[in-house]
Amino acid sequence: MNQPQAFDVIAVDTLLERARALREQGFRLVQISATQLPDQVELTYSFDRDSRLTNLRLNLPNGARLPSISGVFGCAVLYENEVHDLFGVPVDGLAIDFKGNFYKTAVKFPFGSTKAPCAAPAAGAPAPCAVEEVKK
Amino acid sequence: MARTVIPFGPQHPVLPEPVHLDLVVEDERVVEARPSIGFIHRGLEKLAEKKDYVEFTYVAERICGICSFIHSQTYCQAVETLMNVPVPPRALYLRTIWGEMSRIHSHLLWLGLMADGMGFESLFMHSWRIREQLLDIIEATTGGRVIFGSCKVGGVRRDIDDETASGILKELDEIEKDMREIARVFLEDKSVKARLCGIGTLSKQEAYELGCVGPMLRASGVAQDMRTLGYAAFGDIAVEPVTRTEGDSYARSTVRCQELFQSVSIIRQAFAKMPAGEIAVKVTGNPTGETITRTEQPRGEVVYHLKANGTKNLQRFRVRTPTFANLPAMLKVLPGCDLADVPMIVLTIDPCISCTER
Repeated sequence: MNQPQAFDVIAVDTLLERARALREQGFRLVQISATQLPDQVELTYSFDRDSRLTNLRLNLPNGARLPSISGVFGCAVLYENEVHDLFGVPVDGLAIDFKGNFYKTAVKFPFGSTKAPCAAPAAGAPAPCAVEEVKK
Repeated sequence: MARTVIPFGPQHPVLPEPVHLDLVVEDERVVEARPSIGFIHRGLEKLAEKKDYVEFTYVAERICGICSFIHSQTYCQAVETLMNVPVPPRALYLRTIWGEMSRIHSHLLWLGLMADGMGFESLFMHSWRIREQLLDIIEATTGGRVIFGSCKVGGVRRDIDDETASGILKELDEIEKDMREIARVFLEDKSVKARLCGIGTLSKQEAYELGCVGPMLRASGVAQDMRTLGYAAFGDIAVEPVTRTEGDSYARSTVRCQELFQSVSIIRQAFAKMPAGEIAVKVTGNPTGETITRTEQPRGEVVYHLKANGTKNLQRFRVRTPTFANLPAMLKVLPGCDLADVPMIVLTIDPCISCTER
C-alpha cells in the first residue's frame, strides 16, 4: 500500500517548465499543499499518473511571489487561491483571481507567517489586504 | 440578449451545506457560473498544532459528518506510515467493513437528496429508511451513527464477534434487496431519466484534465479508484472500479447506485476472510517524517499530507478532499444548461462542503 514517496526539490523559475512537462506526459494535478516554516513557505505539488504520485517541492521565502500553473493545469486555480488566502503567498498569473475572497476567514492569512485582522469593507470599496502583525 | 445574474445558494433547498454560485443567465440558459465558497472554513488543519497526534484522530473524523470514518482511517494510516506501526490484519479488515458501510450510507443519503431535489418524495423516504437500517448496524458495532469513533492510531477500538457478524450479514441481505428495488425505480423511472440523461455531460478528457475524482471521474470513463492501491484489506479484496462512459448526470447516478452493491459485496468478502487476532497494537513515541496518503472516500480520492518533526504535534496536516477536486468540473458542466437543471447537476457531484472547507 505504501508507495515510495520522493519530493523533488526544484527552483521557482523551473516550476512552469516542470508542470508543462508533466502535463505532456499525461499527469493530472492531485493537490498543492503549503507548510509554513519559520522563514519560508514550503509548497508541495503532487501529480498522479496510473495511481502513482510524483511530488515537486518548492521552498519560497516569506513574502516571495509564486508563479501560477493555472495556465497549464486549470484546476490549480483553486489550490493557488487557497495558498494565497490561508498563507498569504502572492500568486502571479492566476487564471481566476478571487483576490483574497476565496475563503471567508475571520483573520487574513490565518496559516501564514503574519496574520492581519480582516477589515470590514468600506462602502463601495474592496476590503484592504494589507498584512500587519497582530499583537497577541 | 440581456444577461441576468441569479444567485444560487448559499442557502438553497437542494443544498444541505452552504456554497454560493452566481449564475449568469441569458433567458433560461446558464452561460457562466461563478463560485464563492468559504462560508464554513473552520481551520481544522491548523488545529493539528494544538492537539497531539493521538487526540487529533477525533478532529480528523469530525471534518465531515458523512465520510467521517474514512477520514479517521486515512489519518490513522498516514500516522502509522510515519511511525511504521504494524497494524493487526483484523483491524485492517474491520476498517474495511466500516469504511464500506460508510460508503453505502453516504450513497443512500445522496440518493435521497437527489430524489428529494427532483420532487420524488417517496423515493427520498425509502432511501433514508434503508439508510437508517444501516445506521442501526453502525450504531450497534461502533456506538455512533455517523461519527464512529472506532478508529485509532495502531488499530481499532472495537471488535465485531462472529454472532454479531452473522446477524449483520442477514440484515445486509435485506438491505441489499431493498436497495435493488429503489435503485431499479430510480434508474428506470422515465421522469428521472428525463431530468438526468444527457444533462451536465463531462467528457473523459475533460474529467481527467480538470482533476476530477471518484464517481464524477468514473462516470466519464476513467477507471480510477484509490481502493486499487490496496490499503486496509483491499490487498486481499479486489476492487474493479465501476465506470460508465456517458459522463452525464445519469451516468454519475448509475455509478453511485452500482457502488452500493459493490460495497455490500466487499463487506461480505471481508467478513468471510477476516482473520482472528488482535485489533490494535500499542503505539509509543512521536511521528517523524512526511507522507502523502490517499484513500477512496464515497465522493472520491482524499489526500492526506502529514509532516511531523518528532514532537507530539504534527507540523502540517493537510487534507485535499474529493469535493474540492470536483469543483472545477462542476463549473465546467454548468454553462449551457437550463437554469432548472442546475440543482440536479450540483447534486450529481454529491457536494460535501464541510469536507471542502475543513
